[in-house]
Amino acid sequence: MTEKRTSLPRLPLTNKPRIPGFSRWRRYFSAYRFALPYTLVMLAFGLGPGLYALLLSFADFSTGLPRYFAAGFSNYLAVFKDYRFNFAFGNIAKFLMISVPLGIAMVVILAILLQMRPGRLTTALRTLFFIAGAVTGPVLVLVAIFMLDPSISPFQALLKGMGFELLNDVIYAGSLPVLFTMIGFFSGAGMWIAIQYGALEAIPTELLEAATIDGCNAWQKVLHIKLPLIRPYIIYQFILIFAGNVQLFVEPQILGGNANVGVGANVPMVWSPNQLAYNFAFEMGNFGAASALSLLMLVIGLGAAYTIIRWTGFFNIEN
Amino acid sequence: MSQFNQMSPDSRPTAWHGWKQFFRKSIGGETGFLGFCLRWAVLMLFAVYFVIPLIWLFLAPSKSAPDLLEQNPLAFGSFQRIGDAWQRIMEFQDGEVLLWAFNSIQYAIWALVLSLATCIPAGYILAVARFPGRRPLLWATLIAMLLPSSAMVLPLFMELNLVHLINTKWAVILPSAFFPFGAYLTYIYYSSSLPPELLDAARVDGCSEVQLFRHIALPLATPLLGLLAFINFIMNWNNFFGPYVLLNNDKLFNLPVGLQQFVSATSAIRPGFNPSPGVYVGYQQAEAALFGLIMVVPVAIVFLFAQRYVVGGAFTGSIKG
Repeated sequence: MTEKRTSLPRLPLTNKPRIPGFSRWRRYFSAYRFALPYTLVMLAFGLGPGLYALLLSFADFSTGLPRYFAAGFSNYLAVFKDYRFNFAFGNIAKFLMISVPLGIAMVVILAILLQMRPGRLTTALRTLFFIAGAVTGPVLVLVAIFMLDPSISPFQALLKGMGFELLNDVIYAGSLPVLFTMIGFFSGAGMWIAIQYGALEAIPTELLEAATIDGCNAWQKVLHIKLPLIRPYIIYQFILIFAGNVQLFVEPQILGGNANVGVGANVPMVWSPNQLAYNFAFEMGNFGAASALSLLMLVIGLGAAYTIIRWTGFFNIEN
Repeated sequence: MSQFNQMSPDSRPTAWHGWKQFFRKSIGGETGFLGFCLRWAVLMLFAVYFVIPLIWLFLAPSKSAPDLLEQNPLAFGSFQRIGDAWQRIMEFQDGEVLLWAFNSIQYAIWALVLSLATCIPAGYILAVARFPGRRPLLWATLIAMLLPSSAMVLPLFMELNLVHLINTKWAVILPSAFFPFGAYLTYIYYSSSLPPELLDAARVDGCSEVQLFRHIALPLATPLLGLLAFINFIMNWNNFFGPYVLLNNDKLFNLPVGLQQFVSATSAIRPGFNPSPGVYVGYQQAEAALFGLIMVVPVAIVFLFAQRYVVGGAFTGSIKG
């Protein structure tokens, strides 16, 4: 191997048809024609807003009109020093600590219980969980308000048993992380249960049969075979739920923000970081600070997306 | 072995045996009796959690505010009351709800047409051709697809503000043309279901690249179109944060923002309380629930058909939070 290989005698290449650069570029050009419209909308509505927000985060808005690069890092400082910054991120941290582990655990448990012995009833249940996902956004908050109101809720026996008499006994600052978790779970769990169910279905039956023959009972199979095999999906769910929940906006905004629907007197105007960014922009007119904060939120989302692509191996770019 | 025992003269197959057999099969099994009970207890508990609010939402429009307080929460009121609720919704700002529903449909159709027109050719070419810039384009598509859409709303507002599109219907429609998940699904679809030999054969026969796409790739995409249309419809129909920030003019609202406006401008949620000035009075929960149903029912119907895609794994990546 170490001996140096003599190269083959060079042949005159003049007769050999060579792919001219021109024709290659013509082929590329034909490909670009197909990709062009999509690339344009991506630049306009994917990359463009991000870059413009970056530009604005260094702009000074004290006169009402942006003076680019006049602010330096003062917008970022204004965000970090705002008295609501720690409050909003503290809230979202509490919400994440409850909603992410609990959401994943419940979804995985339900998917496993459903898929363990499929039948007509379990299929119906899966569909039921899934259909609940049709209730989103303002309708979801509306339904939640009704469900939490001890005077009209179908769960009123439970609520009154816990000592709640009025809606505002249920909705208060301390209960918000739990309430948002319950609300999000109601709407989002069905989709994830279906995904995890699909992952469980994809486990080869031979593997489970072999385990049965070796004396595994159903619970051992769950613990030692199914859970390890759906781990990538659990990681995937973890990152996406985390990235999605960090962006919480609609629920606290409708309950307490200026979109207040007449309830939630105990809900502060600004509860989540996205609300703070919204507040900077539309209540205080400080678009520089709003841009700085929304960039921070964007970076969290980008980091999560990058982590999924790199670590879960779900998205194969080279086919 | 057990069958053999049953057939032996000492123990004849009796009804009792049949039942025992049945219970062993359905209850015991691998999980054991305790496991069976635990499994169904958990499943039923969550069934209640998911189904009661849905049932309540369907029943609420049939009841007046006093009915809601006094009757069993899961009792049915009257059809008369549903008609009244509809009447009241129509009275709100001169039947603006119809305009909002029209806007919702209009935005959804525009989004569908524009996003399919951009993402299908792009997904196709990413799958069948190799060209400089392909990898960055795929990476950008994946990242945009996994990024929660609410992370982009404020930056989008700043940008559209720069070009004076805020408060026009294009502020909602144009950004919805960017549908990275659609491009990615198209790419995966053609990568796995369009053999390169087929395209080569057509090229030898003198097909141009555009003809290849129109006469070979597009007709193959029919099943894909259904899936893309589902996802796209759900995303746009439910879009609240975007229109909420980008639109000020109530004539342009879609149903989600309209519902928020309806609930905050009427007494629908707290009928018993003294309304603040300027609030439309006389509205009750029934109206709010009926409005909610108008939004939810189309999506629920779409969901019934879409579930098999999710379980089949086609959806992985479409969920954002």
